[in-house]
Amino acid sequence: MKSLRNVNPKSFQEAARTLAADPKAMAVGGGSDLLQLLKEHTIAPDTLVNLKAIGGQDKIETHGNTLSIGALATLDSISHHAEVRQKYAVLAEAAGQVATPQIRNAGTIAGNVMQRPWCWYYRNNFPCYKNGGNTCFSITGENDFHAIFGGGPSFIVHPSDTAPALVALGARFKIQGANGTREVAAADFFQPPTVNPAKENSLAAGEVLTEITIPAPAKGTRSTYLKILDREAWTHAVVGVAAVLEMDGAMCKSARVVLSGVAPIPWRVPAVEQILAGQRITEDLLVRAGEKAVEGARPLAKNAYKVPLLRASVKQALRTASGVSA
Amino acid sequence: MKKISRRLFVEGTGAGIVAVAIPLEGQAQSAPAAPTTASNAPKTTIKLTINGQQRSMEVEDRWTLVEVLRDHLQLTGTKIGCDRGECGACTVLVNGKAVYSCSQLAVWMDGRTVQTIEGLAQGTKLDPLQTAFIEHDAPQCGYCTSGQLMAAKALLNSNPKPTREEVRAGMTGNLCRCSNYNHYVEAVMAAAGTLKSGGAA
Repeated sequence: MKSLRNVNPKSFQEAARTLAADPKAMAVGGGSDLLQLLKEHTIAPDTLVNLKAIGGQDKIETHGNTLSIGALATLDSISHHAEVRQKYAVLAEAAGQVATPQIRNAGTIAGNVMQRPWCWYYRNNFPCYKNGGNTCFSITGENDFHAIFGGGPSFIVHPSDTAPALVALGARFKIQGANGTREVAAADFFQPPTVNPAKENSLAAGEVLTEITIPAPAKGTRSTYLKILDREAWTHAVVGVAAVLEMDGAMCKSARVVLSGVAPIPWRVPAVEQILAGQRITEDLLVRAGEKAVEGARPLAKNAYKVPLLRASVKQALRTASGVSA
Repeated sequence: MKKISRRLFVEGTGAGIVAVAIPLEGQAQSAPAAPTTASNAPKTTIKLTINGQQRSMEVEDRWTLVEVLRDHLQLTGTKIGCDRGECGACTVLVNGKAVYSCSQLAVWMDGRTVQTIEGLAQGTKLDPLQTAFIEHDAPQCGYCTSGQLMAAKALLNSNPKPTREEVRAGMTGNLCRCSNYNHYVEAVMAAAGTLKSGGAA
């Protein structure tokens, strides 16, 4: 591995100042993704700002009506947290389905939502948009696992399982910069490649994600995360569905449905949410929701299989989330 | 003449199952144990506990935990497979949790407790997992076995009586190119005492 220096900040503010002052510095949480990118020479930081050294930033706590998750909370701790499992099942299920036990023990929530894409062109150091180039090789290349929504100019899919769960739960991200803090809705944190095809989110140089807050769900809320893999374990979602439904018996009062594995950002589907709102969950409604979810899909040469897979997955996830055996 | 079976051979060599630490007492209790640092590379002195022994050592910031274990502490029972956090051969326990030691910098281990395959047996007494791995022919080539054992150890630490499904889920982070997964699952369940008699591999 290339030579580098590890620094242990005492606070997020100190971390942000270090990052702002040194363009060759990078923040690191669990380190699983970052070290792999380093070993593959995809990135080449001279300094790592070790956020774990700050200490105490891995807590999962309730403050009033808000759940607070420290940026350094591990995926393992989130997936086993009693209150998260009970009230925010979609997040516990998403965190519990990331990669492997070893990755979940090391991996942090902030690192999971900010991991870089797993497009094989990016990871193999092709000069693509993500590597600072000006093309996306997947368009005419091997695009089996690429976007069917929101692609262009880059057609990566956002790799995080927890990000769609957080968007569906209406989470907010707290961000520390060198000169202050800001807060942004999870839905606005992620940015399509039209904004900047080299990036997946709005985090600026010299900023670190410090905390994620989630409002208490409305009474009767039920949720689930469905992750479809191309093998039984240990990979990213080919298609994923985060479904959060506010239920009253068999009646769906409101819905938030966010997809993974299909777009360069966690892909919210308002058209699906609208046809569910105020309706009784029936087989017919679930079929129509599945159809709605794939409207406007623009598959590439080798990923049209995602369209029927998504249609069925949305239906299944909504059935599970609703608890209605329609 | 006693016929040599594969099992006896494995028992005899302990391929991958039993790793014994070369005593380092005279070498590295507190003195720097790493004489091969590049002169101008950033270095940090860290304190950590490895297999019950407190150590203080100077490491290059870029060294991974598995590099330090293997190349500087002679704890070569931990293997490097992919070196990318994908195969699980390098699995060790950090503060009781299974992690990929190729995906942790040693400098991040300051103040932590690390357990490797060398710390699994108590003296000459094998861990029940090691005994079960031998009895159930869990290893074939043995390369992934120390990682499989440490993943299993972490699983049983948090869930002493797992179901078959829980064992399968708990071991997903460890690949076996011999594809001996069923034997690994049987061995872990046997060690946990949850193997029902007659369970086919």
